[in-house]
Amino acid sequence: MPSATSDARVLIQSLSRAYAATPTNLKIIDLYVVFAVATALVQVAYMGLVGTFPFNSFLSGVLSCIGTAVLAVCLRIQVNKDNKEFKDLPPERAFADFVLCNLVLHLVIMNFLG
Amino acid sequence: MAEPQQPTAVRGSGEGGGGQFRNAVGGVLCAFALLLIGVLAFSIRLFSVIKYESVIHEFDPYFNYRVTQVSLISAERSSAASIFCQRMESFSQKKRKKNGVYEFWNWFDDRTWYPLGRAIGGTVYPGLTLTAGTLWWLLNSLNIPLSVETVCVFTAPIFSANASWATYLLTKEAKGPGAGLMAATILAMVPSYISRSVAGSYDNEAVAIFALIFTFYLYVKTLNTGSLFYATLNALSYFYMVCSWGGYTFIINLIPMHVLLCIVTGRYSSRLYIAYAPLVVLGTLLAALVPVVGFNSVLTSEHFASFLVFIILHVVALVYYIKGLLTPRLFKVAMTFVIKVGLAFCYAVAVILVSLVASSPTKGWSGRSLSLLDPTYASKYIPLIASVSEHQPPTWPSYFMGINVLAFLVPSGIIACFFPLSDASSFLVLYLVTSVYFSGVMVRLMLVLAPAACILSGIALSEAFKVLIRSMKFQRPSSDDDSSTEGDEVSSVPANSMKNQSKTSVKSETVTKEKPSKKNRKMDQDPEGSSPVGPTREQKLLVLPCGPSFVGIMSLIVLCGFYVVHCVWAAAEVYSEPQIVHTYRSPYGLHVFDDFREAYAWLRHNTEVDDKVASWWDYGYQTTAMANRTVIVDNNTWNDTHIATVGTAMSSPEKEAWEIYNSLDVKYVLVVFGGLVGHRSDDINKFLSMVRIGGGVFPNIKEEDYLRDGIYRVDAHGTPKMLNCLIFVETDGTGFDRARGYEIGKKHFKLTHFEEVFTTHNWMVRIYKLKPQKNRVRGKLKLKSRSKTSSTLKSGGKTNPWQ
Repeated sequence: MPSATSDARVLIQSLSRAYAATPTNLKIIDLYVVFAVATALVQVAYMGLVGTFPFNSFLSGVLSCIGTAVLAVCLRIQVNKDNKEFKDLPPERAFADFVLCNLVLHLVIMNFLG
Repeated sequence: MAEPQQPTAVRGSGEGGGGQFRNAVGGVLCAFALLLIGVLAFSIRLFSVIKYESVIHEFDPYFNYRVTQVSLISAERSSAASIFCQRMESFSQKKRKKNGVYEFWNWFDDRTWYPLGRAIGGTVYPGLTLTAGTLWWLLNSLNIPLSVETVCVFTAPIFSANASWATYLLTKEAKGPGAGLMAATILAMVPSYISRSVAGSYDNEAVAIFALIFTFYLYVKTLNTGSLFYATLNALSYFYMVCSWGGYTFIINLIPMHVLLCIVTGRYSSRLYIAYAPLVVLGTLLAALVPVVGFNSVLTSEHFASFLVFIILHVVALVYYIKGLLTPRLFKVAMTFVIKVGLAFCYAVAVILVSLVASSPTKGWSGRSLSLLDPTYASKYIPLIASVSEHQPPTWPSYFMGINVLAFLVPSGIIACFFPLSDASSFLVLYLVTSVYFSGVMVRLMLVLAPAACILSGIALSEAFKVLIRSMKFQRPSSDDDSSTEGDEVSSVPANSMKNQSKTSVKSETVTKEKPSKKNRKMDQDPEGSSPVGPTREQKLLVLPCGPSFVGIMSLIVLCGFYVVHCVWAAAEVYSEPQIVHTYRSPYGLHVFDDFREAYAWLRHNTEVDDKVASWWDYGYQTTAMANRTVIVDNNTWNDTHIATVGTAMSSPEKEAWEIYNSLDVKYVLVVFGGLVGHRSDDINKFLSMVRIGGGVFPNIKEEDYLRDGIYRVDAHGTPKMLNCLIFVETDGTGFDRARGYEIGKKHFKLTHFEEVFTTHNWMVRIYKLKPQKNRVRGKLKLKSRSKTSSTLKSGGKTNPWQ
């Protein structure tokens, strides 16, 4: 299916071109999200190697990674200037909410880690 | 307030200062109304305290009370509450020095489910006890010396006031402050909520309903504002709900359902992502923190819906993001490509998941949840759950008893939610529909329906009042204004009649619930349906003629009056009974039957501390809390076999029953008999469920043996097995049974293995002691038990494990 591969190549090219146009601060947040998800995958792979005991540590580790990823995505949504719904939300307020939510998340993680 | 937003803009900018003043007055009035609503919610629940006394009701609250006492004991040692010290003497006798909140998590209770015991820390929902404990500690630190019992008794009314304020907030998010106030007032009085939150009903639902409404409010607030701060608060409120009640699974399934609904109806927005995704992650973690839930928050099917929707939401968010990046043509190409690859991947994952889930016999759901989804499940597989009266489906009259007038205000509220349809109002409709289904399965869950019904009725009533009062307001000036406005309207009628048609039909439905004849007149009055400002406004407001709107307002007020009268009657007459004390009015005055407490007090003062008491599981919590003796089974009903053992003992003849009880180290047996006073829920009426539960585990107990021609009788026509069994010989002694209305079947018998030690004043509770074995058994071998076992093996047939 040559048309499919050429289509795929055109697709990837246009995707990367469009993505290169996003502002730097959003790209940093995206990088952080990718890092968090990668850490979660590493932990899952480790769990596959050594087994699930102690389960609460595994759970808290994976959920902390996924949690910070989700919160970072929320931050990105709120800080993104293209987003009409959040145009009167100052980015400092968005970041403060992000920090607060992370605090609560990590407090719970520390408690559950065992 | 009930004033709509439009008139302030309608009056023009010259009235800006007046508008601000009106808003300020409105705000003050609103706050004052909320205060009154809180006082109303608190005081309507005080009938039980006024009519009887400040005592803890029923069965389950006694357990919660005991747990609260234990969690507070180290704190209370330092205060000077003498009543409490008297009660705690038994604790100090056991030399248990460690208590308090931290030791509460590790508490293993050896005074119940003898000889198994129960790990309290890991099996109880701590929200209620910790809340009441905190309240008590706060009051004591302010030097207000209330006893623990007082705080426990009044926790429920305080939290119902909080719940009505939370309802105001939730409805305000959906429809505005007017509807909020209406809904809060209705919730303060709704009978089905009162039934579980009277003063003295110290049970989980007292705080759980507040947590439920507050969580929903924070979810809707996050959905409306998109603020991560409220998302954090939402997760914390959900944590409080998980601590309080097992019904938290309703939240964690309803919110994903709503998210799915929003995605499917095309209402996906980034606010939806912010409202849902942090809740799932934080909520799962916080739920796993509570020992009762633990790893169930990721392993059981009740939570899988939230994870599934989490994944779906991320996929949808990604799709929308890429759609924003690409041109439409390329996006179509991307979609076809992804669908081909993605479908194959999804199939594989789905197959793995389904095989994992299907491998467990209950598909990962707990028994209680399955009995909710399939109403017939419990009667087939779990007779214990099926025997609880709260778990039966409700009858139609119980809907009218529980939510009264709201039952027919709710449909108009649903319609009002669709004009306009927002995320919040779709959530309310979904909440109502699901809670109606679950309330139809189990009468206890009408409690979850109550807030939804109140909110939607509040919306309906508020919309109705809005229209009617607006009609009155704009029709009240002299007839010149009327004719001039009518002139403007008539000219714009042909253009706008189409727009008004739908609005009129909706408004006429909400308004003409009680007066169907008005509907015909409404259609004729169509030309009047437009605002007095003029044809520049796009949305014409509905204005009705003065007379019908006045009649409508009066009718609605009378309707609310009926509702209030019913609620106060229900709170005073139906739900104020503490169930530990019964009253009976006769021509000679008021008789009070305090038999239960009399029996427990006798046990407490006349038996050894380590004596074991056997009774049916209903009375377990009360016995442990008030009599302070070890029991065999109690209301937690976590071990079916143990309950079946007690059930078998109650259904067997004296000798077998003695053997069973002796093997459990039981010293005293407690039975409840209502024949003398006409008390209907005594052990004889509960006997069939004892037989069923016992027969579910021990096959030698068969239900047919106790029924004559399929009917349960204890009079002269009772079966021999029935007339010989332990519960019968222990309870009966009088001639005529007032509870069942006929003469007892067997009189004048002598008990050989048990002796009666105590009967209460009205014969309601009877306590029997196991007679010790005779030292010398005349004419029989000492190895009687062993030979009997071998003979049973040889005979085959019915194997009785107790011989």
